[in-house]
Amino acid sequence: MISLENISISYNKGQIKAVDGVSLEIQKGELFGLIGPDGAGKTSIFRILTTLLLPDEGIATVDGWDVIKDFENIRKEVGYMPGKFSLYQDLSIEENLNFFATVFNTSVEENMDLIKEIYDQIAPFKTRRAGKLSGGMKQKLALCCALIHRPSVLFLDEPTTGVDTVSRKEFWEMLKRLKSQGITIMVSTPYMDEATLCERIALIQDGKIMTVNSPDKIIEEFPYPLFAIKSDHMIQLLTDLRENPSIKSCNSFGENHHIIFKNFDEDSTYQLLEKLKSKGHQGLVISKITPTIEDCFIALMDQNHG
Amino acid sequence: MSNLKFLLQKEFKQIFRNKSLLPLIFVMPIIQLLVMPLAADYEIKNINISIVDHDKSPYSRLLISKITSSGYFKLSDYGESFKAAYDQIEKDKSDLILEIPVDFEKNLVRENSETLFIAVNAINGTKANLGGAYLQQIIGEFNAEVLLQWISPTRYNPSPQIDVASSNWFNPTMNYRFFMVPGILVFLVTMVGAYMCSLNIVKEKEVGTIEQINVTPIKKHEFILGKLIPFWVIGIVVFSIGLFFVARLIYGIVPVGSILLLYGFLAIYLIALLGVGLLISTYSETQQQAMSVAFFVMMIFLLMSGLFTPIESMPTWAKTIAEFNPVTYFIEVMRMVILKGSGFMDVTKHFKIMAAFALFFNTWAILNYRKTS
Repeated sequence: MISLENISISYNKGQIKAVDGVSLEIQKGELFGLIGPDGAGKTSIFRILTTLLLPDEGIATVDGWDVIKDFENIRKEVGYMPGKFSLYQDLSIEENLNFFATVFNTSVEENMDLIKEIYDQIAPFKTRRAGKLSGGMKQKLALCCALIHRPSVLFLDEPTTGVDTVSRKEFWEMLKRLKSQGITIMVSTPYMDEATLCERIALIQDGKIMTVNSPDKIIEEFPYPLFAIKSDHMIQLLTDLRENPSIKSCNSFGENHHIIFKNFDEDSTYQLLEKLKSKGHQGLVISKITPTIEDCFIALMDQNHG
Repeated sequence: MSNLKFLLQKEFKQIFRNKSLLPLIFVMPIIQLLVMPLAADYEIKNINISIVDHDKSPYSRLLISKITSSGYFKLSDYGESFKAAYDQIEKDKSDLILEIPVDFEKNLVRENSETLFIAVNAINGTKANLGGAYLQQIIGEFNAEVLLQWISPTRYNPSPQIDVASSNWFNPTMNYRFFMVPGILVFLVTMVGAYMCSLNIVKEKEVGTIEQINVTPIKKHEFILGKLIPFWVIGIVVFSIGLFFVARLIYGIVPVGSILLLYGFLAIYLIALLGVGLLISTYSETQQQAMSVAFFVMMIFLLMSGLFTPIESMPTWAKTIAEFNPVTYFIEVMRMVILKGSGFMDVTKHFKIMAAFALFFNTWAILNYRKTS
């Protein structure tokens, strides 16, 4: 169980507020995602929870231990995989793993069952130095090292940043299996599409939590009907849509633009299409869609700024 | 304490695996110890001299041959024009001008006196000073010879004269290397200790491994000891190689005093020095920063340590700096024990001061080292 109560931290003598009054509750055995863009404060929250950083205000506990008073107990209990690869580059896979096992007073053999599936994939290279591994292998090794002492809570800071799509998919499957072992997992990611893989997520922006819920609930709570629209001239379409007074917001998503109407009724789409046609747009297609987490994120962001 | 064992294992594995660090630790000191004492020699030879001889008499030639045969001077130019000789100085081809006036021989014989003119290029102060002094000495000797030749013993009234006979103690042959090698050995141990130690710790910061270590149950003191002990051991090994292989086998320097005493002092000195390294590392975020700071500190430590220039001749403020420099004390102890055979009683003061340094630097460093920032 992890809990944060009104946690704040600022850098540069208060000039930059990295985390601003964050409160969160994460249940035991939960796979929890912290979703937000770069600089939202994700890493700061992780560093506070792993006792690497002292919060300016607020109380945070991990497994019931206070991050300030009981930091020694927390360090025994948690596994942490920082966003930047930070194992010994000049030690081999085996040596890194053994080293981190021994400092936790355990051995690789004792916990092999937990990491076997991941370790087997890098085992053929076990005498290779960590610095010479590929990105995906480094990430697997880092996960093994974070798990080697059978932590009750696992903190993964942007584990999939810079990793290819296939490895990312594999990685999330591994996380699900670890969750089934009863390990509480807190993971952060800037990729919105990974949000749906978590049980519950918190959307974070500028150090503030915008919402906390399950991904499905967050999508359900999306307050407006959402449409995807495309034409032959997407760039012109975006400007025209943004200039259109009946449109509340318009954002580019891959091959479509996602739009929300200001006052939606049955006529809205028809009127919009007519107007766009008169401006010379061809091949217009509009359809109602279910929002993605990214839509929700943008909508919440606009709300907060508006 | 088992954590410490694993940290040490890891540390030594990394050090012995580092292809650039290992030669730096073991080969460089030996090479430096072989090269530097030979090069850092205060005895100045091959001073280039221009002689302007307006006289060209047997006497002037005798003087010139005396100067050139002394071994200190190399005749770079011989002529009759001071201007031409001065040109040589301007072109940096000669360091000294000796001008012998017209009628040098005549005046010397008839009037019993003559004046010579010496002009010294003082850009290199040491060379100029010594060159001038050597030249005066030679002229003095020449003068005495002339005196003996011309004044017949009967007419010579012995005047009271103090004759100084000197004997060099502890280094009877005035072998410059006996003096330099122990000092340079200190210099090397200092470099290895402070540099390697601070760079190694900062590397963990830079690579980010310290983050990973900090979330483990490893304690602050275990981490620090795990860093200091390997370099303490390496410092002792480097010192031993220098003392037993290079100093003894190559320079034939056998410590007169107790080797145990030397090692005792070395042990404390290394603790103080590693404290300095640790301190530098706590103030730096990158290896580049640590390198620059360590370089600055080491420069001051070494130049103000009496290794090259005697502390006694420094101005008062510089003496004060030297007093707060741990390197000073180790160089003193090394020279005292190796050359003079000083015992523990003679260096008790040094031991106390060094222990204070060790305590001071390490306390400061540990206070500044925060595991949770």
